[in-house]
Amino acid sequence: MRHGIGFWLQLGFTLLVSAFLMVPIGMSILAGFTENYFRGPSSGLTTRWIVEVWERYGDNIFLSLGIAASCLVVTILIGVPAAYVLAKRQSRLSRMFEELIILPVAIPGLATALALVMLYGTFGGFRSSWTFVLVGHVLYTLPFMVRSVLAVLSSIDLRTLEEGAASLGAGFWTRFWTIVLPNAGSGILAGSLMVTTLSIGEFNLTLLLTTPFTQTIPVGLAVAYTNARLELGSAYTVLFFAMIIPLLVAMQIWGNPSRTSTKRKRRALEKVVSP
Amino acid sequence: MTSIAAVVERAPVSPGADPRARENVLLLLLITPAIVVFSAFWLLPIARLVALGASGEAGIETYLSVLTNGRYASSLLQTLALSGLVTLTTLAIAVISGLFLVRQDFFGRSALVAVMTLPLAFPGVVIGLMVIMLGGRQGIVGDVSVALFGVKTVFAYNMVGLFVGYVYFSIPRVILTVMAAAEKLDIQLEEAARSLGATPPMVFRDVILPGLQPALISSGAICFATSMGAFGTAFTLNAGASVLPMLIYTEFTLNANIAVAAALSVVLGLITWAVLALARSFAGSGVSAAG
Repeated sequence: MRHGIGFWLQLGFTLLVSAFLMVPIGMSILAGFTENYFRGPSSGLTTRWIVEVWERYGDNIFLSLGIAASCLVVTILIGVPAAYVLAKRQSRLSRMFEELIILPVAIPGLATALALVMLYGTFGGFRSSWTFVLVGHVLYTLPFMVRSVLAVLSSIDLRTLEEGAASLGAGFWTRFWTIVLPNAGSGILAGSLMVTTLSIGEFNLTLLLTTPFTQTIPVGLAVAYTNARLELGSAYTVLFFAMIIPLLVAMQIWGNPSRTSTKRKRRALEKVVSP
Repeated sequence: MTSIAAVVERAPVSPGADPRARENVLLLLLITPAIVVFSAFWLLPIARLVALGASGEAGIETYLSVLTNGRYASSLLQTLALSGLVTLTTLAIAVISGLFLVRQDFFGRSALVAVMTLPLAFPGVVIGLMVIMLGGRQGIVGDVSVALFGVKTVFAYNMVGLFVGYVYFSIPRVILTVMAAAEKLDIQLEEAARSLGATPPMVFRDVILPGLQPALISSGAICFATSMGAFGTAFTLNAGASVLPMLIYTEFTLNANIAVAAALSVVLGLITWAVLALARSFAGSGVSAAG
């Protein structure tokens, strides 16, 4: 294959951009395994930083996983039924609801967090528990669950399926359990991957909602970057990558719930986290 | 189609009698948990935040202080300028590399696409570490500049560092949208333009760019709004009060200046919301779920 100069210029540029994105990732992984980063890898490779991170910040990791799992359960419980209603009744009000629940993603997380702290900050037991963080995460991830389920439900002929079932005598709940939920499966899977990934990485909203005893991974990372040595912060980042990258890969594989609604699925993919 | 209002009106009449009315009651039941959670934990708190913004000594004028107070105004301007510059830079990068990755087929293409979109879900704090790795005191750029010029370049802790970090987290999102739009461009239009004597730059300016325009507007708006509200990166790089989210955080936690923090967040929220709404009215529905 022959290529013009334009091809090579664009290839060079794209490789530069890729290097810009990848080199710091590689460096932080290296730093996480280096005895003394200032002296470089020649000072020896070690796993002691990883071990130290586990001892110091292990609690954060379990808390984050717990919050992500709870967030997933809540968004499925309240988001999937909501998406079904939105798919069945397309009125001005239901569109308004669809637009409203996106607002916690559209406006900066700091504003939502501040609003929550101002209103519920005085409820001591609630404020200091991990459920306060969970509330923020549910607000932030709910639209992603609703949208990916709604995308799948809008791409199939739900009305015909339900009418067929109803004519055979299936009641509302039978149809919901045996027709709606199985058909929404791929959307629930895509939404779940999204919700979990976003919850584990959320920082903007989370920082103000946490207490020193309810620190999640990203908050712990921020603390480690500012207070601990670079090697330790990097090792913590390596652990974080080990958790988040498999989720990102899974999202690329199963994150496109339906072929027919390319637009919605792209939308879902584009809108990840506000860093 | 029945609206929810109609559902509410009809519900008490005789549930069970009319199957459609019964179904409406059940549907209302299904969406109620989502409505309750959203109202209790978002609508109510935000309404309170808006009221709090006007509750300080200055009353409603606290909102104006965003423009009249020098420190707040300069932070707002810096954030706007930074976000604008980040958006333009990212769009340029995404158009060059996105078109290339869509148009050319070569060995390693899909690997490059994967690399470009990998940092999609990295939180801002981690992007902060990436900037430190590049331009911090032990960063690679500093090492290279020492080797070449004998001077250590450290840029991680000023506006340049924020700029680099924001471009870093914007590239994956914007490039996905641009690539999706580039795939749908009609190649025949470009061939027609060329056969009529258009040079490659003319084809680019008059055919390709207009075709990409909706995608550029929508992804640009999302990029801008995200940069305006970005907090994690600035927090990690300890960017002081240089950008609005950091200023809000400082006013709230260090100065306990609650009215100002509330007013500034409301203004920041309004700006990002307005940018996204504007872009949507220009570019169609693709911008609705902005992040």
